[in-house]
Amino acid sequence: MSVFLITSQRVDLAALREGMFDTGCGAYVQFEGWVRDHNEGQQVLRLEYEVYEPLAIKEGERIIAEAGQRFGVRRAAAIHRSGMLELTDVAVIVGVSSPHRGEAFDACRYIIDQVKSRLPIWKKEHYANGKAEWVNCRHCTEAAHR
Amino acid sequence: MNIRIRYFAAFREATGIASEDIETRVETAAALFAECADRYPALQSWSASQVAVNDELVDWGRVLADGDEVLFFPPVAGG
Repeated sequence: MSVFLITSQRVDLAALREGMFDTGCGAYVQFEGWVRDHNEGQQVLRLEYEVYEPLAIKEGERIIAEAGQRFGVRRAAAIHRSGMLELTDVAVIVGVSSPHRGEAFDACRYIIDQVKSRLPIWKKEHYANGKAEWVNCRHCTEAAHR
Repeated sequence: MNIRIRYFAAFREATGIASEDIETRVETAAALFAECADRYPALQSWSASQVAVNDELVDWGRVLADGDEVLFFPPVAGG
């Protein structure tokens, strides 16, 4: 199973893990990204993800395929949430199974790093002070804040 | 030529619109962004941004064709 999904629903972690079982695999590595209550000195109340799905899915599937080719892992999957998320919600999950642990760790790290830097996904942080800001975009609409 | 432009996340909020159909004489995606920044001064910087044409990521030097759909992506932040 090699899958990349975007969903507005809570992720079923057990189902994802079960899909990774493979009699040829002795290792399974899973990464979860959680919604945290602070970032760069600000108290965060919730996160909002905007996703351009047609391209995010296409690029996400590419990343999963690359991980298979580069590291030789048997199965890999990733799921990213869209919409409004609360503290402790799972925002992103990556699962990788392979014969041995080394390549499973490497492939899992590769997938989450690429997902964060390549997919058309934007994160808006909603703060305790009532403000909200797009992450990584403080300077891309500078005039709006002058 | 006629182009459809779509703005996402911070760019949508900066322009106040999600999409627009325009007529333009510019040649490249970069020139189109500059033209949009003239109309919407809040679109300040595209240095860390990406552009897609017809659902494929492209270079800013991409030459546009009549009927293209151009997507302007502010810096991404998944995960």
